[in-house]
Amino acid sequence: MEQLTISDVTLSFGGLKALSDVNMAMDPGLITSIIGPNGAGKTSMLNCISGFYHPTVGDIVYKGKELTHASPHQVSNMGISRAFQNLELFSGLTVLDNLMLARHQHLKYSLLDAIIFFGKASRVEAENRAYVEDVIDFMELEPYRKTMVGSLSYGIQKKVEVARALTLGPDILLLDEPMAGMNQEEKEDIVRFVMDIKNERGTTVVLVEHDLGVVMDISDRLYVLDFGELIGSGTPEEVAQDPKVIDAYIGEG
Amino acid sequence: MKSNENLLQYTIPQLLRWRVGASPKRPALREKDYGIWNTYTWEEYYDYVRKTALGLRAIGLGKGSTIALISDNIPEVLFVAIGIHSLGGISAGVYQTSMPHEIAQIVPSLKVTAVFCDDQEQVDKVLEVRDQIPNVKKVIFDDPRGMREYMSDDWFINIRDIFKLGEEEHEKNPELFDSLVNEGKPDDICHFCLTSGTTGLPKGTMLTHKNYINMGIQLSQVDHLEPTDEYVSFLPFAWIGEQMNSFGVAMATGITINFPESVETAMSDLKEIGPHFMFGAPRIYETIQSQIWLKIDQSYWFNKIMYKYFMKVGTEAATYRMRGKTMGLGLRIKAWLGTQIIFRPLVNQIGFLRLRRAYTGGAALGPELFTFYQSIGVNLKQIYGQTEIVGIAYMHRDGDIRPETVGKPLPGTECKISEIGEILSKSDSVTPGYFELPEKTAELLEGGWLHSGDAGFIDDHGHLVVIDRVSDVMHNKQGEMFSPMFLENSLKFSPYIKEAVIYGNKEDFIACLINIDPLVVEKWAEDRGISFTTYMDLSGKPEIAELIMGAVIDVNSRAEKEHFRIKRFALLYKLLDVDDGELTKTGKLRRKFIQEKYQELYDALYDESIDNKEVEAAFQYQDGQSTTVKTTIAFYTVKGV
Repeated sequence: MEQLTISDVTLSFGGLKALSDVNMAMDPGLITSIIGPNGAGKTSMLNCISGFYHPTVGDIVYKGKELTHASPHQVSNMGISRAFQNLELFSGLTVLDNLMLARHQHLKYSLLDAIIFFGKASRVEAENRAYVEDVIDFMELEPYRKTMVGSLSYGIQKKVEVARALTLGPDILLLDEPMAGMNQEEKEDIVRFVMDIKNERGTTVVLVEHDLGVVMDISDRLYVLDFGELIGSGTPEEVAQDPKVIDAYIGEG
Repeated sequence: MKSNENLLQYTIPQLLRWRVGASPKRPALREKDYGIWNTYTWEEYYDYVRKTALGLRAIGLGKGSTIALISDNIPEVLFVAIGIHSLGGISAGVYQTSMPHEIAQIVPSLKVTAVFCDDQEQVDKVLEVRDQIPNVKKVIFDDPRGMREYMSDDWFINIRDIFKLGEEEHEKNPELFDSLVNEGKPDDICHFCLTSGTTGLPKGTMLTHKNYINMGIQLSQVDHLEPTDEYVSFLPFAWIGEQMNSFGVAMATGITINFPESVETAMSDLKEIGPHFMFGAPRIYETIQSQIWLKIDQSYWFNKIMYKYFMKVGTEAATYRMRGKTMGLGLRIKAWLGTQIIFRPLVNQIGFLRLRRAYTGGAALGPELFTFYQSIGVNLKQIYGQTEIVGIAYMHRDGDIRPETVGKPLPGTECKISEIGEILSKSDSVTPGYFELPEKTAELLEGGWLHSGDAGFIDDHGHLVVIDRVSDVMHNKQGEMFSPMFLENSLKFSPYIKEAVIYGNKEDFIACLINIDPLVVEKWAEDRGISFTTYMDLSGKPEIAELIMGAVIDVNSRAEKEHFRIKRFALLYKLLDVDDGELTKTGKLRRKFIQEKYQELYDALYDESIDNKEVEAAFQYQDGQSTTVKTTIAFYTVKGV
């Protein structure tokens, strides 16, 4: 696995600069977090990486390939998948169907195979089901396998959203505020999963999160954004000492 | 019916080997994993036991070793248990819900030398008290998730590595395992089963191979089981109710044991399997009944009408079925129609369609519940026994079901009522005693009879009737005797009441604390447009109090004696809970503890001038943190008592 490098990225919407000259590097096998106050450009950064936005200036490089102008599905095919802040699930489908659907890029058989559903098609389906089951086991979603996503609680839906991203089999997982709107117990639950995603699956995690306590506890590296500018970076200890960061969060006295 | 008495000459591992000879390719165990039911045949079961046994031997365990099992129900629990039995060692079940400090007490008291845990959650608890359990040489775990950092410590070992070691040993010396198994004697102690601990620290009941196998044989004498029958293992393994099936019944009859995917999925997995017999505490049957009621209530009008009509027919038919009498032709036709139209589909919804017998035990179940289940065509029967006699010693026979009794003794079980009214039993399943507690053992087995500690009598039909714990029977100020458990159960027969605590020992009248049933009462409140936030809030609503008042008056109206009537009650702001120490692990009340914890409420119940009182409610979360909330509790007096 290689580093995901973001160099001198600027993103403008007309006269508004959402990001200006931001440099970041996501090291493989680590949890890198992007923090900052509201409107600091955290989600814009994720959108740039995942191909929803394209930076006005600058480069995003992964595995020696330019991602700067890649479309979302191309990014996804390169092994970068994303769990959204606002759940992007099919609420009328079961958890299992949602996850199976997420595997569609791995379903490599023709229409004819699918119609006959013998040999290759059924084998590929079985392999993918096995993969999905592994994720269900990992995210402890067994009780909800056959439940409509829409009828699940918000906390569980969030877990399904993370599971959906994991089902793509990513090298890099982008998590956009996975803990927003959760109670303490649910948060602790998700933290454990994020740690396990890193430790057990060896997946690189890029985390955008508001809850500073959580971020400080689990991140290996932090980037702090404020009004689209990178104002600090380093280990959680280093960032916590940084006067600029303290100013941005607590405000000048 | 063919007698299986000859099986009594075997130990559990020897009997397992005998089963392999008899039906090597039949399914013995099934486990749902990754959404698929995986089967272990008897042959594979035995292979795994061999691997485990020889692996355990390779890490230095054997005769004289005791392995504590702290795990959800998975096949590996049986592999480890029967594995250590093959070496002449002992297994001991510890409840998965045990707190670390409890583990620190139980493990040394049973002289445990190794622990088996299913996952990191349990391993962490053991790790937390590591310095207090110096005799534990190894911690064996199943699921490696989250255990990466522990692997550098050779205190821990994965079960897969045990299998590997065992495989190597077997290749080196293929005769070894058979000769080890041959050394076992049926009267050897194989398992320590913890008594539920209603009083003080749990005691380790020593049980022998013969104890278990005899129980399985005698049970199947009464209710025949086929080797093709299915059983779903969802009770805690540390409870005798689960072991008696996996060690006793399964070995004696060759049924298949099915392990659910996780604790949360047990009920839906049960539906997939469709077991032929099941065993459970009354709570399970009460919950299922509530679910059925809710489902019918939410169903559309036609279903409701059909249900209502055929329920009446079913109830009438049930009285015939429970007595084994033949119905008249008209009723038989109507009952058949009811079964076809509504009850079969209904029972299929819960997964009980193939169920021939359902047993309830551990506590009393309301007569209404028996009638209810018998009406919908589920053959629910009461059993009675205790850990010290491997769970079941008395049970209802088909066609002779009297809800107020616990039935007749199993074949080979003698029953006697002592002078003070205590139930005494004698059979091949009676324990040799408690581990390292000679005084308690002497008390338990005084005069060669097992002393149950329960008061009871034998009725005119030869059925045993259990009244209450000998020590729990209370007397009011006038010295008149009453049974708090009996009253609590009468209250709990109301669907709105989940739990009740009766007071009145050496007092003028009977008073009680009541827990409303959240599921049913929430629905009741919703239907009437009563808004509420939490359980505490709901319990405080005057409308709910009125509802419960109705239930209390109903119980009073059925009281056999004047002094059985309940005079005052209050609705408790929280559900009584195992984690808070208010219930035992098997869901029985811990009266002394509850009395002390809610002393304030007790005082107010017996001060008739108090209508309202502000109290501080303390909650403890599962991770040990606690918090307090202020709330007002209302006390209600029943008129005319």
